Parts: sequence; structure tokens; C-alpha cells
Amino acid sequence: MATEVGPTPVKAPASGGTPIHHGPKGVGEDNKILSQAKWATWLLAPTIIALGIVIVYPIISAIVMSFQKDAGLDPATGLFTAGGPAGIQNYVNWLGQQCAAPGGGTVACPPGTLGAQFWSATQTTFIFTIITVTLETILGFWMAMIMARTFKGRSLVRAAVLVPWAIPTAVTAQLWLFIFDFQGIANKMFNTSILWTGSEWPAKWAVIIADTWKTTPFMALLILAGLQMIPAEVYEAAKVDGASAWQRFRMITLPLVKPALMVAVLFRTLDALRMFDLPYILTGGANNTTTLSILVINQIRQGFNSAAALSTITFIIIFIVAFIFVRFLGANVVEQSGATGKGKK
Amino acid sequence: MSTGTALRAEQDRGRKAAQNREKWALGRTYISAAVILIWCLAPAYWMVVTAFRDVGFTYDTSILPTHVTLDNFITAFDTSFGNRFGQALLNSIFIGVVVTAISLLIGVFAAYALARLNFRFKYLVLGFILGASMFPGVALITPLFQLFTNIGWMGTYQALIIPNISFVLPLTVYTMTSFFREMPWELEESARVDGCTQGQAFRKVIMPLAAPAIFTTAILAFISSWNEFLIASQLSSDATQPVTVAIANFAGAQPQQIPYTAIMAAGTIVTIPLVILVLIFQRKIVAGLTAGAVK
Amino acid sequence: MKAKLTATAALMMAGVLSLSACGGNTSSTTAGGGDAAGNLDGRGPITYVQGKDNTGAIRPLIEKWNAAHPDEKVALKEQTDQPDQQHDDLVQHFQAKDPNYDVMSVDLVWTAEFAAKGWLQPLKDKMAIDTAGTLPSTVEGASYNDTLYTAPQHSDGGILYYRTDLVPTPPKTWDEMMEMCSIAKENNIGCYSGQFKQYEGLTVNASEAINSAGGSVLGDDGKPNLDTPEAKEGLNNLVDAFKNGNIPAEAITYQEEESRRAFQEGKLLFHRNWPYLYNLATTEGSSKVKDVLGMTALPGKDGPGASSLGGHNVGVSVYSENKATALDFLKFMTSEETQRFYATQGSLAPVLSSLYDDAELVKKLPYLPVLKTSIENAVPRPVTPFYPAVTQAIQENSYAALKGEKSAEQALADMQKSIETAGAGS
Repeated sequence: MATEVGPTPVKAPASGGTPIHHGPKGVGEDNKILSQAKWATWLLAPTIIALGIVIVYPIISAIVMSFQKDAGLDPATGLFTAGGPAGIQNYVNWLGQQCAAPGGGTVACPPGTLGAQFWSATQTTFIFTIITVTLETILGFWMAMIMARTFKGRSLVRAAVLVPWAIPTAVTAQLWLFIFDFQGIANKMFNTSILWTGSEWPAKWAVIIADTWKTTPFMALLILAGLQMIPAEVYEAAKVDGASAWQRFRMITLPLVKPALMVAVLFRTLDALRMFDLPYILTGGANNTTTLSILVINQIRQGFNSAAALSTITFIIIFIVAFIFVRFLGANVVEQSGATGKGKK
Repeated sequence: MSTGTALRAEQDRGRKAAQNREKWALGRTYISAAVILIWCLAPAYWMVVTAFRDVGFTYDTSILPTHVTLDNFITAFDTSFGNRFGQALLNSIFIGVVVTAISLLIGVFAAYALARLNFRFKYLVLGFILGASMFPGVALITPLFQLFTNIGWMGTYQALIIPNISFVLPLTVYTMTSFFREMPWELEESARVDGCTQGQAFRKVIMPLAAPAIFTTAILAFISSWNEFLIASQLSSDATQPVTVAIANFAGAQPQQIPYTAIMAAGTIVTIPLVILVLIFQRKIVAGLTAGAVK
Repeated sequence: MKAKLTATAALMMAGVLSLSACGGNTSSTTAGGGDAAGNLDGRGPITYVQGKDNTGAIRPLIEKWNAAHPDEKVALKEQTDQPDQQHDDLVQHFQAKDPNYDVMSVDLVWTAEFAAKGWLQPLKDKMAIDTAGTLPSTVEGASYNDTLYTAPQHSDGGILYYRTDLVPTPPKTWDEMMEMCSIAKENNIGCYSGQFKQYEGLTVNASEAINSAGGSVLGDDGKPNLDTPEAKEGLNNLVDAFKNGNIPAEAITYQEEESRRAFQEGKLLFHRNWPYLYNLATTEGSSKVKDVLGMTALPGKDGPGASSLGGHNVGVSVYSENKATALDFLKFMTSEETQRFYATQGSLAPVLSSLYDDAELVKKLPYLPVLKTSIENAVPRPVTPFYPAVTQAIQENSYAALKGEKSAEQALADMQKSIETAGAGS
């Protein structure tokens, strides 16, 4: 019984019998594709141009800079002089945690330099990302399912859910700093005396809690939008067929929400990998809460070209993660053939 | 006869059980809703309580409001020390609305092309759009600063709006593309059979169906622009600065003092328009694909 | 489609081109202030840039100047309240060679960096100013390589606050203070705290500990000098106090505001903080130390300790086109009258020695005599163009030492090495 609940009733209303994703087929197929390409160019141009100005230009400029040495001090005048070309030295230094040695050449970066923090910052960034995105997905899904139900006060809940997100991050960070103060409300409410920002895991959890609180609404809202697109009659049909709540969730909700969910998870992951303000204000990066973005901004103040190399490395790391996502987790929104796309479920 | 009674009793029991189940389900919904409310609102409540507290008692930890005063709100809007919180609020709303409108408009076009049209380099375009949202934001500031200085845009609204659009666009395009792919496009086909052009079919048939997705995306876009701080802190001027920058500029009466109470008051003020916005859009978010639409 | 693509490609190319142009800018800038000789006689309207004004003093001052100089009016540009952002904003404008940033308020710790980048007009020859009555430590903090680059404007130093109801005579040395910790124990409160969270304030506190014990972070040659018994003693003073509880464990999370609160709630016997605490602790409704607030100089090894110096200076951009006006305005901003106005209006400590003995001012700001001792004995935070790297090295390693994750000796050795690599960077 349950096996029949799956795709069949889903497909009917959602996408009909014919594969329509390619647009109408018929005579003059080639011309059609050509005119579609023309259309696509016009429709995509504004997006490409906007992104080109604001994102591509800085990325290229950063990559160019990353192959330059940072300005060094001329001992004779005490003034900075331009560093000249560096080849891939900046990259080698970051990945190998090497710092310039007083007599020339490089040494392993001593503790207290930014160079010594690269791998720990990478690890911290991933820990934050994995935990926060997981928590946010689960909580967000749950919230969305509740909000999708019909009950009195639903609009209140929907508005309330957005409150954490509507508060600007600068305020959020101050608020949580205030809450996690040693004599703050968190320790008072739970009758604890934890030094929240004073040791590694409490500090990490402080950041994770604050981030989860702030960004779960994003998840919840996107998933809710996905849920709204499932026709109620699909559930009715499944109910008539005697599918249990769990079966309905697994066979209907999950597959149908998956595209929206995957977009949400993908973008949250990319965001989390660039996490900056919350740990920066809450802990200042102490106790192993320095993320790659914090490292970048600290490095910008010490040497711009080396910072450019670090941002490029961060960019590549995030790119790899995104690639894995799209390739293996099916976060690909252009999965072309309707048949294979649906077949994966 | 007796079988009939038994049957009726059976049906009765079934109805009661079903009713009980429904009641129980509704009860669980309310409990869950309450938990959500507490989780989302408790820290915000603390913000509001602090916002109403006298600055001399900033660190009071009584759960209920104590030393209640409106001073912090007055301080927030006080312009005598060069604070421009009121102006900043308007700036944020203006920037947010423009960013949302433009990015939705061009984002929907792009999403339509990606979901519906067949052309080469589609993956490349998608990869490009996604890739644009991967660069660490902190590294974008200096090049943008130089670019906008060169063309004389520093401190203008467009210097804040255009970067914001680019930040919001990838998400807009991806979200809308994923929704468009789930649309019942055969409706568009039948509309065209009925004599609509492709544009009309899109406008009159598809857009209404996509409303919940569009409004959701609009809210995402607006809040994302509303929250933007990094770029604005470097590229805005006194006249164009958004609230996030204005709040960061809140200064205590003494050099090292952090005016928590005034910051929390500002946070409270800033949250209200968003809540109103959501309550207005409420119906639009809910107006999903009704089952009847497909018939 | 092709046209569009070409347009996009052209745009990207333009980006690369303008980028290399910027690279050119930077190198000519850093090659050493070629513009420092230009526009020295220029007069006309200028802009004064500073962080958010929370004293309410700057606007009346500028109005006064503008009334007297109708042809050389000053426009005010306020930055944010965050020092990091003020720094970045200045750097951005210097890099863009912006002639509209004429005169600026420069945090003490940025002076060396801006000077070494060739962005600040040296205040010598035609641009020289008189610093005779100025407290020497503030002049030292405004100079780089023995050249004055900025004019000291207002200063700040650490003060040891204590409870007059519990401490009969304030301690003069660190050891005396530690002995008095028994009083704190009897009263069941913490003994001492400064600011020990890992942030700029920890650099201030750790440097004070090291300097007060006779050590120094950087030697006279600008090289790190932390491998000394004095430095070790200084850092160990803090480490031991954390270990034996004289500094309460939660102080590892304290910035200025958290520590002020602990002291105002009566939870500390001794407390190191800035002068701003005085006004708040004597007026805030929740303060429990209103009537028992004592002030003295920071404790040192044999006498007063060495405070870290805070404060702001005024500098002139080499890119200014009206440097004669800029210099006049700089003199106006650092004049005795202006400093007095700042002190009365905004509680900002002056840098002119004479003002500290001014009876009227002392009446308004009772901490001035103590602060004078503090600033006279103060050591500027390390004057180095690599300040961000140096403060990072101090913060991270002293934090680890205070938490007992490494010995003071090891922490100092790591600091030494870290600062060495910063200086070697190129």
C-alpha cells in the first residue's frame, strides 16, 4: 500500500504527464532553441551585469593582488615600500602556515601570528557550519510544518518567527553578548556560572546558539514556501490510502520540498562558511572561534595582498563545498530532464 | 439487527477516535507553536525589556521590566549629537524596497530563463551566479571602494543599492528557479491555446501561482538588505546611512561606555517595521497553489 | 548575445586595468610621501575627520572657528563610533589619495602605521608646532622615528580605583596590593580586576603589567624585547593572581564595561579602568560605590606603575591642498582653550601639563591629579607600523598564559617570535 503512495499521486497534479521542461516540441526544433537562446540572453543579462560589477570585479582584483608581496618596511627610511611580485608565495605561506623569518626565508608561524591560525580557523569554520546548518535545517523544517498547519494564531507565529531575523546582526551580537555575560540572564535563568566566552566549547556553543536563533527563520520561511506549493489534495489522497503520518512525511513532504530545502541548505551553508559578525563581536575570535572570514579581516589590517590570497583560498574552499553539494546531494536546480530529476526520489 | 447496532457502535467509536486524534493533533500544534514562540521571542523579549530600562540599571537581571523609562527611545531619535536614526530608518526602508523590487524583477526573468528555456551554457550561468555568492564579503569592500571613488559614487544611494542587489540576486534566482521548475506549466500551454501570448500567459497564469514563492523571496531579499552592514559602513554617507550603521554609531555619554539600553531600543524600533511587513504579506505567503488551480 | 558578452568582458577588463592603476598608486604612495612638500601655503576650506563625537564639543568648536575664518571654513566629517572602522575608513581614503580628508583625528596606535605609509604630513620646518608644555609621553606617542607626525590632542591613562571603606591607604606597588587581598577575602569579594578578554584591552593590561615591572614590549630599536626577567615578572604577576584567585576567574571575560559593572556592584576591591568610570560610578543609580570611590596611580614595582597611554592626536594628510589652513586648524584644535573646553564639556583629559593643576578643572574632574601621575608615568602602547600584528601577538599569547594554557615564559617567547616575523614581513 505504502509503496503506491509515493510518486504517483504527486506527479499527476504537479507536472502532468508530458515532460514540459523543455518547452513545446515540434517542427522547427532548431529554430526554437535558437530563439530560446536569444530570449535567455536578454532575460539573464541584467543579473549577469549586476553580479559582474559588484562581485566579479573585486574577485579578479583580489586574485591579482594575491600574487603581490605586501609592502615591507625600508629600514633606512622607516617608510613602507611596495612589495613587488610574490608568485604563489602568499598561498604557500597560508597553506603551510609559514611566516617570514627575521633573516629572510620563512619559518613555521609562531603562536600569536595570524599565519598560525589557518588550519584551526578552517576547522572552526567547518564545525560551525556543520552544526549550525544541521540544527537550522531540523528546527526550520519543524517550524515550517507547524506554520503550514491551520490553527488560530498562525499569523502570530509566522510574524514571531521572523523577529530574530529582523534584528540586525550588530544588535543580535550585542544582545547575545549581554545574555551570555557571566552575570547575565543566561547564567541566572539556568542557575549556572559558566564563563560563556571564556573557554573553548562554551564559546563555540554561544556562537552556535546565537547563529541558530538568528537564521532558523530563513530556513523555516523557505521550507514553508515549499510546503505551500504542495496541493492539499495530495495529502488527502494519501490519507484515504491509509498512509501514516511518517509515510506521508517521507513520501510526499520530503521529496516535494526537497528543491526548496536544498536551495535553503545550500545558501545557508555558503553563508555559514563566511560567518563573521557573531563570533567577532561575541568572542573576538578567542578560544578557537576564529573563522576564516575573521582571519581575512584581521589580515587585511596587517597586509592586504596576503589577505587577498586568504580570501581566494576561502573562496576556493567554499567553491569545493558548493560543488560537492550540487554534484552529490542534488542541490542542482537545473537538473534538466524531468524524468531523471523526478526519478531520483 | 444486533450486527447493525454493533456496526453503528463501531462507527461511533471510529468517529470519536478520529475526533480525539484531531483534538490531540491540534493540541500538539499549539504546544509546538508555544515552544516556537518562546524560542524566537525570549531573547527578543530581553532586548525589549532592556530597551525600557534606565541606563543606570543596564545590567539588572530581573525578568520583569524594572526601572522603566522611555529615555532610550528618546535618545535613539535624539539628533543633537549628530545621530540620524530617524533618517537612517527611512534610508533603510527606501534601500530595502528598491533592492527588493529590482532584484525580484531581474531575478524572476533570470529564473524563468533558467527553468523554462533551453540554451547552451546553462550550467555555466548557474555556476557563475552561485559562485558570486561565495566570495568572503569582507574582501569585497576595498575594490568596491576604489571603484565607486573613481566614478564619484561614494556615499550615494546607488553605491549601497547595487551591491545589495548583487548579494540578494543569487538567492533570488535560485529560489525562483527551483519554484518555477515545480510549476504546472501545462497551464501556460493551455492559456496560449486560448490565445494568450507567452508574456500574457506568464503574467496572468504563472505569476499568481508563484505568488507565495515570490512574496517569500521578497521578504528574504528585503531582510537581507535590511541587515546589510559591512558595505554600508564603508560606502554610505551621513545622509544615506542605513539603520545598521546608525546603530553601530550609537555612542555612550562616556568614551568606553557601551550604551546597551539605547542599542536595544534601536533594535526594538528596527524590528517593528519587519513584523508589520510580515503581517501585511501574511495572506500572500499563504495563498499557495490551491488544488483547484490545476484543474 | 555576443554584444552582451563583449560588454561584460570589457567591463571585466576595465576592472583589471583600473586595478593595476590602483596598484601603481599604492606603490608611489608608499615610496615615501612625495607630496609632503606640496601645498604648504594652500589656504581655503578644509574637512576635519573624526570618529563619532559623543562629547557634544566638536560642533561648537567648529562653529567658533568658522565664524573667525569665513574664507577657510572647516566641514566636519564624522565616522562611526568603532575604532576599527574609523581606521579602515582613513586607510581607504588615504589609499585613494583623497584631498578632501585634510585634517583628521588619529588614534595613538595608528600614528606609526600612517606615518610609515607616508600619509601624514611631518610636523617639522614650515609645519612645525610648539610642544613645550605638552606631557612628554603624549609627544612620544605622536612621533615616529623621532619625527612628530601628529599633534597630541587629548590623552587617557589607567587609574586604580579602590574602595575607601575597606582600604585605609591605597597600595603603591603590586606586591602591596596583593597583600591587601586578604581584606577582599574577609569581605567575600574579588580582589582585583582589569580587562582580560582577548581584545585590544588585554594588550593594554598586559603591556601595563610588563612595563610596570620594568620590562618593555619593544626596545629602543623597535625590535621586540620580551625575553627579559622584568617582562616575565610582569606577566607572572597577572598569571599568579589568576591562579590564586586574587583576580576572579570571570575576569577572563571582562572588557571595560563588564569589569566596571563588577566594581560598581561592589564585587571588587581594586579595579583598573579609564577615567570614564569616575563619572558613571558616582552618578549611576545602581552604583554601590558612589560614596566610597578611591583613586590612585596604577601600582608598579617600587612606585607608581606604567599605564598604557590612550588618546587621540590630530594629523594633516599629505594629500591636503590647503595645508596652511590645516596647520592653523590643528593648532586651534590643540590650543589650551580648546583642551579646556574638551575637558569641561566632554571629560576628555588634556595633554597640557598646566591644565592638570588648574583648580577649576580639578574641581570638575577630581581624577585629574591621579591621571596626571598616570600619564606622566605612562608608556605609549608599542609605537610600530606593525601595530595590528604586535597587538595580536600580545593578546593571543598573554590570554593563553592567563588561562594557564602555557607558562608566562613560553608566552613571552612566542610573543617575541611572532613580533619578529611581523617585522620581517615583506
